[in-house]
Amino acid sequence: MSTPTETDAFEVDDSSIERMRFYGRLFLGACIVATLVGIVALIALVFDVVVEAWGWLTWEFLTHPPSYLAEHYDPSNYGDLPTGPGGIYPAIVGSIYLIAMTAVFTLVLGVGAAIYLEEYARDTKLTSFIEANIANLAGVPSIVYGLLGLALFVRAMGAGSSLLAGALTLTLLILPIVIVQTQEALRAVPDSMRQASYGTGATKWQTIRNVVLPEAIPGIMTGIILSLSRAIGETAPIIMVGAATSMFAPPNLTDPTGSFAAMPMQIFEWAKAPEDDFQHIAAAGIIVLLTVLLLMNAVAIYIRNKYDR
Amino acid sequence: MTANGPQTVTTSESDGATSDDAMTDDAPLGSPRVDDAVIESRDLDVYYGDDQALHGINMDIPERKVTALIGPSGCGKSTFLRSINRMNDLIDIARVEGDLYFHGKNVYDEDVDPVALRRKIGMVFQKPNPFPKSIFDNVAYGLRVQGKDDGDVEEKVRTALERAALLDEVEDQLDSSGLDLSGGQQQRLCIARAIAPDPEVILMDEPASALDPVATSKIEDLVEELAEEYTVVIVTHNMQQAARISDKTAVFLTGGHLVEFDDTNKIFENPESDRVEDYITGKFG
Ligand SMILES: Nc1ncnc2c1ncn2[C@@H]1O[C@H](COP(=O)(O)OP(=O)(O)O)[C@@H](O)[C@H]1O
Ligand SMILES: [Mg+2]
Repeated sequence: MSTPTETDAFEVDDSSIERMRFYGRLFLGACIVATLVGIVALIALVFDVVVEAWGWLTWEFLTHPPSYLAEHYDPSNYGDLPTGPGGIYPAIVGSIYLIAMTAVFTLVLGVGAAIYLEEYARDTKLTSFIEANIANLAGVPSIVYGLLGLALFVRAMGAGSSLLAGALTLTLLILPIVIVQTQEALRAVPDSMRQASYGTGATKWQTIRNVVLPEAIPGIMTGIILSLSRAIGETAPIIMVGAATSMFAPPNLTDPTGSFAAMPMQIFEWAKAPEDDFQHIAAAGIIVLLTVLLLMNAVAIYIRNKYDR
Repeated sequence: MTANGPQTVTTSESDGATSDDAMTDDAPLGSPRVDDAVIESRDLDVYYGDDQALHGINMDIPERKVTALIGPSGCGKSTFLRSINRMNDLIDIARVEGDLYFHGKNVYDEDVDPVALRRKIGMVFQKPNPFPKSIFDNVAYGLRVQGKDDGDVEEKVRTALERAALLDEVEDQLDSSGLDLSGGQQQRLCIARAIAPDPEVILMDEPASALDPVATSKIEDLVEELAEEYTVVIVTHNMQQAARISDKTAVFLTGGHLVEFDDTNKIFENPESDRVEDYITGKFG
């Protein structure tokens, strides 16, 4: 009698399946907790900063130079200040100029190097050695780049503690990442596109210009913008290069060798100050910096979505 | 011949293979010499690194005819096709030995610019590969990179689309993306792109292998029409297709040897090589 009963052919309640489902749920739970830890920490941080800065972040704060006295930043005192309120204005302008110059340098050097490595250089031991080391450079701590910038640009090149020296240092800092990301963007352009171009009698340069770069530009742009948004918050390198702490006028783009203030430096300065009120002022500065940073990231995401087909 | 662009590819018949240097032992069966040859391959070897993909290929490709290259996959058909317009130059490890004459000029001579060569010998690939640009810009691409966009680009683009039997279908959407077309339309777009700058020879590497039967038969009709103005070399692994559309057929067999080359009728009705007969009748490959 071998007529199989229903449970022989197909076990309705297999406890091993149930056990596996339980592990699955456990794992899912662990993943959710891991995600929450990150999000909660971030929200708590931002919340704390906002509470600290509440009432201190005013239009006057954005549009006036800093002051040595904490009272000058207090909105309730704005009415009776002969020198005007204290603020972060020169540092905002300094940071924007710094990033603008860094953007130009990185675009030229980073994209140029990546195009050379990816499109022109043959696959030799030397090129893979160079590529491996560029990837390694991306992991070097930023203070090391600060020291390099101090020795190379500030001293040897004689640029002094200037906007130019700061921008060149930040360029060195993000160049490896930009090169690697640009190479990835170039690699993502299908070879069939290049062949189509060569097959119609295009030269290498025509192929790169008309086919490869247009395809790769969204990837390159997102890479550069995200790197720049890292650079704008970097403090260590610009401390080494010697960004000014209290500039009362914004730097001048026509004089790139003049001294400059930058937001991270200014915030650091305030945070070090002994009076309690400076903690509120520093928090207000942090919010300004975070806002600029988030705006840059938003632009990067917008570009990526716009070109994503 | 058009007078545009740099022309390092000369048309002198003086040097080259049309003189009576006899074919070597590698000569395939059949009749590998033709009278009106535009392309002559002589003892052509191609290597990828240490692997030899083609062994002493000797064949002539006649003007304004369709020459089909058939054979099992991996036998070197694409490799041979790419060595005609030096697309193999783009593969780092590829190396070519021997001679390949285009109008009597060895295209592997030092003074030949591969870019100039490719302006005379256009190419259509196995997988349709239109640019992510508008239909118009796709077709105009060759004209622009070759500097032939001074005259009436619009007119040239329409003519090319017309010849590629695509104009009727895309007439009022020239500004929309080439990627929005169907596979068969994309391939005809690629053909239009290849013929717009008016090359002499068109190389096609299994142009219909990624297409459905209807689209395939459109491409086949098109190939026959193109042969009225262009020399067409087409790779296919579809023997019926080769029999239908080609005037000459070259049979490559495994290992990268050209076994037989002759009129298509002869190859399909009465081949000299038993291996070719076996292959054609489907006994292997
Ligand atoms: N880019 C390449 N690099 C290395 N080997 C290749 C390359 N292309 C083709 N080959 C080799 O050369 C031989 C012939 O290939 P191919 O010309 O593509 O054949 P077919 O087109 O007839 O299928 C195959 O053995 C293939 O593996
Ligand atoms: Mg092939």
